[in-house]
Amino acid sequence: MSKDPKDPNYRPSDDPKVVTPNEARATGELPNELPHHAKTITFHQRLERNATLLLAASFAVVTVGGIVEIAPLFWLENTIEEVEGMRPYSPLELAGRDIYVREGCYTCHSQMIRPMRDETERYGHYSLAAESMYDHPFQWGSKRTGPDLARVGGRYSDEWHVDHLMDPQSVVPESVMPKYAFLADARIGTAGVDDLLATHRFVGVPYTDEMIDEARADMRAQVDPMGDADGLLERYPGAQVRNFDGLAELTEMDALIAYLQMLGTLVDFSTFSPDDSR
Amino acid sequence: MADAPKIDEVTGTETTGHSWDGIEELNTPLPRWWLWTFYATVVWGIIYMILFPAWPLVSGATTGLLGFSTRGEVAAEIERVELSNAELTRSLTTVDLAALPANEDLHRFAVQAGRSIFAANCSQCHGAGAAGVVASGYPNLLDDDWLWGGTLEEIAYTVRHGIRNEDLDSRYSEMPPFDWMEDEELDQVAHHVRSLSGLDHDAAAADQGAALFVDNCSSCHGENGLGNRDLGAPNLADAIWLRGGTHEAILRQLNAPRHGVMPPWGERLGEAEVRAVSAYVHGLGGGEAQIADPATDKGAEDAAAVPDATYPARAGETPEEAGADDVAPTE
Repeated sequence: MSKDPKDPNYRPSDDPKVVTPNEARATGELPNELPHHAKTITFHQRLERNATLLLAASFAVVTVGGIVEIAPLFWLENTIEEVEGMRPYSPLELAGRDIYVREGCYTCHSQMIRPMRDETERYGHYSLAAESMYDHPFQWGSKRTGPDLARVGGRYSDEWHVDHLMDPQSVVPESVMPKYAFLADARIGTAGVDDLLATHRFVGVPYTDEMIDEARADMRAQVDPMGDADGLLERYPGAQVRNFDGLAELTEMDALIAYLQMLGTLVDFSTFSPDDSR
Repeated sequence: MADAPKIDEVTGTETTGHSWDGIEELNTPLPRWWLWTFYATVVWGIIYMILFPAWPLVSGATTGLLGFSTRGEVAAEIERVELSNAELTRSLTTVDLAALPANEDLHRFAVQAGRSIFAANCSQCHGAGAAGVVASGYPNLLDDDWLWGGTLEEIAYTVRHGIRNEDLDSRYSEMPPFDWMEDEELDQVAHHVRSLSGLDHDAAAADQGAALFVDNCSSCHGENGLGNRDLGAPNLADAIWLRGGTHEAILRQLNAPRHGVMPPWGERLGEAEVRAVSAYVHGLGGGEAQIADPATDKGAEDAAAVPDATYPARAGETPEEAGADDVAPTE
């Protein structure tokens, strides 16, 4: 006695599940086994009977949608238009960006000025894809408890940023932003910043060997207005060299303010003309 | 599978012919309305793909027959609003600032526009009510005490170029630290400074401090401490303080002067908006009058000749629609 149809000892009568067409005709039941001449089980029926195959096939179908809609954007030449002035972030800015991400600034601040008049009136030119081309991960955000920061660079003085990060309510009484005074106490070393650059190169940011070799020196140079910043400025045109927090030490406050003061200032909009098809 | 459709006895519905362990599957047809809605969405999808940007191709996406683009939309929207105010913004950009308050309609337009610009860009430092933050040294713009001048022209210059920034034309002043003086001398100077505005002070120490003040401070602040706007040196005799007027605050400033920085706004805002926000600040209470020179002032006549300076501009109506001559959108 066997329930395997391929077994020579198999008898349909032993298997109560099987109702052959002949039996069906005799008893009036519905047949549930195909006639011999139609024993080829169709592909679809096989899919329905095999969970793993069904999963793999459904995934393949969904993938088609992804390939058509998403994948071209990674290769299309016009996804990221070429703009003047965009460059990889300097080591100090990149370190500040890490602090921005670590503190979760993106949960309340977006970096994405949408192409709408009320947004451009308040924040400036709408954001371009190129402006986040060196962001890994990007900081576009989708929630604005605080204002958009895509073009916050140069809007306020360093002193204001220090005051505001130390105690936001001292300058904006209605603000609900938490205090970040500890950033001024947290010294930040240059150790590891070269690895940070190398990691970003690994994911596609065009840092050169020279940039990585000089990363530690560049990080110090950017907060030293009396020092020699020529190399830094050559590698990172337009980098702002100042003692950002006014303190003698290199702190996380320096790095974060350097990052904020750079945001949105890199692209030269005098040479930019929007292409409607993008 | 049965050849003829089999009808389920209980429901009267056709079955699919499938049976699993005796459980049969009814082949209940979809409701007609649902099916037609589904077909309609398919048709709509095809039409949409033809009319709007849709398919990514090798070097770009299809643009669609309607030529829609979000960038085009926002550019058109910005142009529409600019055109609706074009006459006013052009007049505002060219008018002699001294003559602006006399031109009521234009002035009203400038102040109203300036109010929004101030809220978006200036209130973070100067406060929503423009009262500044004394503790942090952000100037109060409501009073009539001006470091760099309180006429419309001077305010506009400050807004345009800012203070102590990388703009080559920015206002610049720097008080040197006087930490090289003896503590006692500093104390005497502080007493003298407080005496200038009649605050509590030690008269004897203030007398000593007066001589020190003349020797060390008067070149910028003036012998009587009235300040010098050309140098950005504050008036010390008016009891209005940028960084506090207590004895300790004055000593702190003498030992390690702090200098505020204001960013330049000329490029970011554009000339019309710089003038608008200046008119708003000027009108907050402390603005100083400026005598217009009619002989050299062509702009004032132009402004006075603006025919239809209505505010607010009627939404959705460009000057062309209102019957005005063609005007170029202002930058």
